[in-house]
Amino acid sequence: MDQEFEKMLAKGNEAIAMAAIDSGCLLYFGYPITPQNDIPEYLSKHLPALGGVFIQAESEIASINLLLGASATGARAMTSSSSPGISLMQEGISYMAGSELPGLIVNISRSGPGLGGISPSQGDYFQATRGGGHGDYRTIVLAPSSVQEMYDLTCLAFDLSDKYRNPAMILGDALIGQMKEPLVRRKRSKMDLPPKDWALTGAKGRKPNRLKSLYLQDGELSEHNWKLHQKYEQMKKEEVRFESFFTEDAKLIVAAFGSMARVSKTSVELAKEEGMKVGLLRPITLFPFPETAFYDLSQRVKLFLTVELNTGQMVEDVKLSAARDAQVYFYGRPPGSLPSPEEVLEEIKKYYRLGQG
Amino acid sequence: MDSDPFYYDIIMAGFGGQGVLVIGNLLAYAAMMEGKHVTYLPVYGVEMRGGTANCTVVISSRQIGSPVVGSPHAAIVMNLPSLIKYEPLVLPEGLLFINSTLIEPKETYRKDIEILSIPVNEIAIDNGNPKLANMVALGAFNGKTKLVQMSSLFGSLEKVLDQRYHHLIPSNIKAIQLGAEFVRKMT
Repeated sequence: MDQEFEKMLAKGNEAIAMAAIDSGCLLYFGYPITPQNDIPEYLSKHLPALGGVFIQAESEIASINLLLGASATGARAMTSSSSPGISLMQEGISYMAGSELPGLIVNISRSGPGLGGISPSQGDYFQATRGGGHGDYRTIVLAPSSVQEMYDLTCLAFDLSDKYRNPAMILGDALIGQMKEPLVRRKRSKMDLPPKDWALTGAKGRKPNRLKSLYLQDGELSEHNWKLHQKYEQMKKEEVRFESFFTEDAKLIVAAFGSMARVSKTSVELAKEEGMKVGLLRPITLFPFPETAFYDLSQRVKLFLTVELNTGQMVEDVKLSAARDAQVYFYGRPPGSLPSPEEVLEEIKKYYRLGQG
Repeated sequence: MDSDPFYYDIIMAGFGGQGVLVIGNLLAYAAMMEGKHVTYLPVYGVEMRGGTANCTVVISSRQIGSPVVGSPHAAIVMNLPSLIKYEPLVLPEGLLFINSTLIEPKETYRKDIEILSIPVNEIAIDNGNPKLANMVALGAFNGKTKLVQMSSLFGSLEKVLDQRYHHLIPSNIKAIQLGAEFVRKMT
């Protein structure tokens, strides 16, 4: 095997940090919080040697504003945190979206509300996909479900963020962040990205650039919001990503993302072994959500079971996307215990029987 | 798809500091070096040394779905609280590996599984380094299950252990060998 592409056994969090470096992101700002500390640990060790900058800020609010400032200069930069820290960052993310600044925010989520706990949870789905901060904006949200995807989707997130001049988020959880799996650190070919001629680089020999989110002139803000809206519409057309697993002849579709998609995949395999026609549709982009994929499937399949590590969030998007005569059911767990594949299988059986009746 | 699909999962548990995460890591790495798909899932927590620690390792010839396992093929339990938690979960005809230095074999109740009792602390102490009880356990477990080649385990040490512990690799290898030897003599 090629030395450069040696297979290693890496943690999901470490894969994100490696992908950042491989994507040319040499600026990191963050404040420690479990279960994502492997990211700053790795980057604090490696960035200085590469001529980059690692700053442990005084808070998450400082971190997100350092990210905003770094992005304004045209550099690739990132921050990472976990749920309560991401809540603190929402104002800054809104300002970044409003100022059309790229930048990567990683949320290796934990359980809430409030200080909650450190166990895996998918309770931040709404916060991630609905914007989280104030105003009519969206964040590009990618949900990896393996260590390799932690790497690949981080690389992709930087590109999409630059392409759309919009913040991008990786939404993982402790399961995917702490798990180790084989990882091949292969550099993706970079997207053809527009030059960052909007960046604040000193204005020598050119007109000054201005980055702002304040628009007070008559009609100006309305126009700005329509412009943002068009970007989100373009993302919906061009950037949707999902994985289909045994969906071809399925009579029931399990919908799950991230860590729960991993557990559900085994449940689907177990169901297959018992002769049930069950498939899995896994959204990889949570925004833009694979609306059309769900709608198209629901023309033929009328039973959906959304499985989440919360008490019901993505299920709303599945319901909005599926045809009206499709039945969308939900199985979820609040933080504290992970369902085993066998437990999810029992739920699958329960709803599969409805289709037989 | 593989012509000979292979799938095996193990939960390893003990006190924090007993080194169960390290041996889980080593086993996963060794299996990966042999071309298998692997997942290693540590249960992390607020626990520190003296608390409980466990990890789940899945080894398969195919892509692995869930890294979370409800009923494992095997459990390695290094202390009594881990026995109480994991003995009921082992699959029928599965393997329960107990550290008989800290757990009385009579504490077990399952009749439908194989129970392998190895005094791993005693073996490690006799060898002069009580800290290597985890490596004795790994060697004995692999000697029994033959999940990976011993040479793969040895090779994974330098990948898994931090550089500052590399001078200890020979003693780790010896502890793994002692565990394997102990199992060989039992049969």
